[in-house]
Amino acid sequence: MLPYALREALNSFRRAPLLVGLSAGMIALSLFVVGLFGIAAYNVDHVLRRVEERVEIVAYLRDNARANAIELARNEIAMYPEVLDVVYISREQALEIARQELGELHSMVVELDVNPLPASLEVRLQPGLRDARAVRDVADRIAAYPIVEEVLYGQDWLDKIFLLRRIAGAAAGVLGGAFAVVAALIIGAAVRMAIFARRDEITIMRLVGATESFVQGPFLIEGLLTGLLGGLIALPALFITYRALSDSVFALEWMPDLWILGGILGGGLVGLLASLLAVHRHLRAI
Amino acid sequence: MIRFDHVHKEYPRVGLALNDVSFEIQKGEFVFLTGHSGAGKSTILRLIHMADWPTSGEVRVSGFSSETIRRREIAILRRKVSFIFQDFRLLPDRTAAENVAFALEVTGAHRSVIHSKVNRLLAQVGLSTKAGAYPNELSGGERQRVAVARALANDPIILLADEPTGNLDERATRGVFELLRDINAAGMAVLFATHDLELVRANPHIRVLELEHGRLIRDSAKERA
Repeated sequence: MLPYALREALNSFRRAPLLVGLSAGMIALSLFVVGLFGIAAYNVDHVLRRVEERVEIVAYLRDNARANAIELARNEIAMYPEVLDVVYISREQALEIARQELGELHSMVVELDVNPLPASLEVRLQPGLRDARAVRDVADRIAAYPIVEEVLYGQDWLDKIFLLRRIAGAAAGVLGGAFAVVAALIIGAAVRMAIFARRDEITIMRLVGATESFVQGPFLIEGLLTGLLGGLIALPALFITYRALSDSVFALEWMPDLWILGGILGGGLVGLLASLLAVHRHLRAI
Repeated sequence: MIRFDHVHKEYPRVGLALNDVSFEIQKGEFVFLTGHSGAGKSTILRLIHMADWPTSGEVRVSGFSSETIRRREIAILRRKVSFIFQDFRLLPDRTAAENVAFALEVTGAHRSVIHSKVNRLLAQVGLSTKAGAYPNELSGGERQRVAVARALANDPIILLADEPTGNLDERATRGVFELLRDINAAGMAVLFATHDLELVRANPHIRVLELEHGRLIRDSAKERA
């Protein structure tokens, strides 16, 4: 059965190459857009993972905090399930670090009579629990200690990066979805035309006892192949765009193979679903 | 083999097409189905082919019932019950042989058997020499013979003929009729719908079912009994 269905599907490519080309092109465009945002999302993700490794919560302590209160707080915080480790930085250590990090400017600090830097607890979170919500949650709990003066964790840029990732993901979904709908409509039209072009054959197929799956087979294969073709067109286009961006703007990571495979199969799936809908709507009328 | 049991058929706009029709056709019978156009002949053939369903009553064909048959089984039924039409319904872009082969291809016949079977079928209908001709290169009678060859492709046990000689001259009509008689003699039931009363009268020994306004008004088999 398959050879017949495949032959007829390919025949229909020959009969209406423009329409099939347009359908495949539209699928390719939608996958291309999804792919672009996919690359963006993947790269934001990549950056985020690296940044997340450095995510720290710094709790500045009040000058009058007692050593045993600090020790107690430190032990308690270290017991939080989200927390990887807690390091106590005394005022003296803070000054030393500042001297090293400030380099040429250290004379400003050295010449001060009093040490202006507070002691602090530097808290690192467990990998995988470093998203904005977990960080904020832990920071809020730490801020509740009376000995804690202020908690810093770079919430602004953390929020922005997470937002960026969400936007990239949502844009890929919305734009890709919109293009996929247009592609599905065009494939539907192509299948509809193929059905009408072959309606005499379909009538006779049913007349002589062809099964319904045999009648539908060529149209479903046509949709599937159109979708896969779109995926295969989108892939090199996307790769060229990626290389151009990567060479001229900034270095980017290419997507994992699984995403690419998913994209191509997704194209095939859109094609198959579109023709399935068209077949159910239009074959019944014959 | 075919049994109509108090069958009513009503179409939404047209109204009653069949009114309480009951009859039975046995294996290997040849039956004329007569009546004016609109009397319900085509409706009966469509119901036998399960291309349509009775509004009430039951149609049984070769072990399948209109009340219980599933969609998948309709294809199987149609390989046992084949159909020819007044307008032949051949594919114009395929040769006679390809038209016959089509019925085998789409029912999943193996390629190796298609060629020899098509040759045999065309020989059976007397068209061996026209295998490569397209429908528009054939006469009306020859086209109907191609349609008969196609109808025989899947070895059916019943042949439904809807005015098969309606577009043919007298000679071609006789030829197609004789062909169907030969096929019937080989054991296949034939239900021949026609309004050609001359053809019916010329064959008084053949059973006649006559319809009028959707009612079965005569069954010659019962008269004889």
